[in-house]
Amino acid sequence: MSKKIHVQTTINGEEIDFLCEPRNSLLEVLRDNLKLTGSKEGCNNGNCGACNVIMDGRLVNACCVLGVEAEGADITTIEGIAEPDCLHPVQQCFLEDAALQCGVCTPGFIVSAKALLDSNPDPSEYDIRYWFAGNLCRCTGYDKIVRAVQHAAERKRETADV
Amino acid sequence: MSSETSGSNGYKVIGTRPIRHDGIDKVIGRAVYGQDVSLPGMLHGAILRSPHAHATIKSIDTSEAEAHPGVKAIITARDLPALADQLSDLGENVVNLRDVSTNILAAGKALYHGHAIAAVAATTLNAAQEAVQKIKVEYEVQQPVLSVQDALAPDAPLLNPENKTKSLGEDTEEPSNIASYYQHKKGDIDKGFEDADVIFEREFDTATVHQGYIEPHNVVAQWNADESVIIWCSTQGSFTVQSQVADLLNMPVSRVRVIPTEIGGGFGGKVQVYIKPVAAVLSKHTGRPVRMVMDRHEVFQATGPAPGSNIKIKLGATNDGKLVAAYAYLAYEAGGFAGSVVGAAGTCVFACYDIPNVQIDGYDILCNKPKTSAYRAPGATNATFCTEAVIDEICEKLEIDPLEFRKRNGAKEGVSRADGPTYDRIGYIETLEAALAHEHYSAPLGDAPEGKARGRGVASGFWMNFAGQSAVNINVNGDGTVTLVEGSTDIGGTRASIAMQAAEVLHLEAEEVRPLVVDTEAIGFTEVTGGSRTTFATGLAAIEAAKDTLNKMKERAAKMLEVEADDIEYSNKVFSCKSNPEKKHTFQEVAEKTGQTGGPVVGSATTSPPSHGPAMATHIADVELDLETGKVDVIRYTAVQDVGKAIHPSYVEGQLQGGAAQGIGWALSEEYVYDDEGHLLNSSFLDYRMMTSLDLPMIDTVLVEVPAADHPYGVRGVGEVPIVPPPAAVANALYRAAGVRMEKLPMSPKNVLEAMGKI
Repeated sequence: MSKKIHVQTTINGEEIDFLCEPRNSLLEVLRDNLKLTGSKEGCNNGNCGACNVIMDGRLVNACCVLGVEAEGADITTIEGIAEPDCLHPVQQCFLEDAALQCGVCTPGFIVSAKALLDSNPDPSEYDIRYWFAGNLCRCTGYDKIVRAVQHAAERKRETADV
Repeated sequence: MSSETSGSNGYKVIGTRPIRHDGIDKVIGRAVYGQDVSLPGMLHGAILRSPHAHATIKSIDTSEAEAHPGVKAIITARDLPALADQLSDLGENVVNLRDVSTNILAAGKALYHGHAIAAVAATTLNAAQEAVQKIKVEYEVQQPVLSVQDALAPDAPLLNPENKTKSLGEDTEEPSNIASYYQHKKGDIDKGFEDADVIFEREFDTATVHQGYIEPHNVVAQWNADESVIIWCSTQGSFTVQSQVADLLNMPVSRVRVIPTEIGGGFGGKVQVYIKPVAAVLSKHTGRPVRMVMDRHEVFQATGPAPGSNIKIKLGATNDGKLVAAYAYLAYEAGGFAGSVVGAAGTCVFACYDIPNVQIDGYDILCNKPKTSAYRAPGATNATFCTEAVIDEICEKLEIDPLEFRKRNGAKEGVSRADGPTYDRIGYIETLEAALAHEHYSAPLGDAPEGKARGRGVASGFWMNFAGQSAVNINVNGDGTVTLVEGSTDIGGTRASIAMQAAEVLHLEAEEVRPLVVDTEAIGFTEVTGGSRTTFATGLAAIEAAKDTLNKMKERAAKMLEVEADDIEYSNKVFSCKSNPEKKHTFQEVAEKTGQTGGPVVGSATTSPPSHGPAMATHIADVELDLETGKVDVIRYTAVQDVGKAIHPSYVEGQLQGGAAQGIGWALSEEYVYDDEGHLLNSSFLDYRMMTSLDLPMIDTVLVEVPAADHPYGVRGVGEVPIVPPPAAVANALYRAAGVRMEKLPMSPKNVLEAMGKI
């Protein structure tokens, strides 16, 4: 076992420090060290998107980032998407539009959708499908997921107008 | 897509679209799946897997691995009890427990690339994985058998010299790679073909495919000092895990407690056990809880897949468009151990049609691939791809519209299948009429861009739907809500669809019935979430438990109102006296007072329904073919299905869309790719290409509701059949686009260009 390294970072707005081996992925750190198990492991090589987190404004697969790379970073995980008193519009629309079945890919899709809407408030169907090409869902056929994101975008724009 | 605010047909809850009860936890990352379970002092397990597809294991040396820092235990097949042949019914398929034991840890021979050889428990996952590399195994490599054709060759190596073909239910003597052979017959097949004016016959090959659930198999096992074990895991059936673990470890079922977590997809692939008994034995050897989670390579190499197959279909019809004879040869890969889903294939292959003369020959064939497993309408998709393609060819020859031809020959109430059963009320014809009437069917295809060609195809499919046993308890809470306790693990919204049926009986809102999926010690035996049985069969138990609850609540209301129970009627959450309607109490008032009227109110019911109405579907696909690359894109898709009665229409639509997407993947891009030595070359999500959002269009759905006779609300299972029609619908569309009949799945660019004679 290699010597552990001390890492200081910000996760979901909270300053956090942890020890990890140089070989540990950010996903391992989140799930095993920090018990933030909302990010899921589906493939561990960046193909499925179930572990998507936002790191310094960029959408990343936590399984493809090393824990030590979190030093000084600002990270948002699925646990940090909702406000304390209300769900994010993407989360609300996933519920209303039945955009999940088994739900294991859902955290990745929601984090990914938030990153999309942060950068593109009015995505077309193609924009959404292109953006989600790195998120696999085996249950829904994507139809209701795409619609939920369209609805969330509408709702976000309406709120922003007010 | 409509959004009903109240139920249809006089229902208050059924047919509405409430937010599912378990939804919030799943959108905020709080829902606990199997890989999220963590116990104090927990060890981590890893498995050594065979690098060879077919090899005799000469020796296993674990000494160096045992000395690796952090290693606490290493086990091999010798650490499992020796089992005799014993069949176990898992709901969707029957397995031989001795085979399951040899599958979870190989004994004597490795039968596929990735077959488990030994397992390590260590203080960290890294230590366990490092130790696995230090286990030394001496193999004598043998020639692998990688297809049913290879397995049937006269000089084929035998996977298991003890395997003797079970032919038409009888044991035979000759060692063979054929595990079993069956036949179904109806009418006179020879005379049928004599009567036919047109006969078409084709031979097809379909690739091995995987269920592709996003969550890998997982388990935490804790062996207790009293020789019992607790198992946390994601599974389609906690009781099925319980019985398999108990049988494999030779212990009473009462000593195995299975606590199901949320499950990240199964599609038939999370019924059979792989690592769960292994983790239990590692925990027994170490005295500590052990977690095992497969990585994606292990999932592809050693679990599930759905069988590849070699199929011949011959159909005869008269010039006026009546099918008069049908023959099917179905040869399905069993994998390393007997027991493919070829039996269900024989049920489904001609099930959509009323054909007087039929013969079906089914073969279950051993080959050096993982033990195949159920996958959504297991067996039906391969066979239906072939039947529906030949039907399309007849329609073309006779110049009859494909949907009209199916209407002319479609199965309906009173028709008998070749495998025996006679249909009760089914809605196949109604799906055809709905497809004919759908705007998609008559819409122009539109001009294809230069270098591309477009076509439209249709296909139908059938799944028989299972019934099976379920148990439900309903506890009345002091605030006038109820808790519904069930044993069916929820893969796609069944908490909601079951709770809604109880809510309908109790006149409560969907949200006032709180469903709870509990462990094997907290509810009566409940079969797997599979076979499209859950909303139907556990729903029936929920209805009966709700009736039981309501009767007890009426008695309590009668006590409070000081009248006889038969003087009480119930409507809109109010118990009132028939003799004096002024005397009344609400459901909530009666619930608040149960402590004074005799104690808690608990309703319960168990069911084992004798039948379950089958599901039929008809799909329409538009495809666009790139004439240069051979790539096929589905550009429009409509799934029409007889759903009996849609309890929660959104989740029914979701089943149709998800099943169609899996079927389109099966059609176009999914396949196990092996080298000549039997190494699986594409055991990752990058190389095993499932449909992404970018590969698919919106998937339109039409819910046809022909109520099933065996359920009070008419529910039919809906989950399985939507995977069945897509490969054929896409193939028939591709024929219209390119003039080529595909005899191979997947219809990948390479296979399409080959079929077109371009490479």
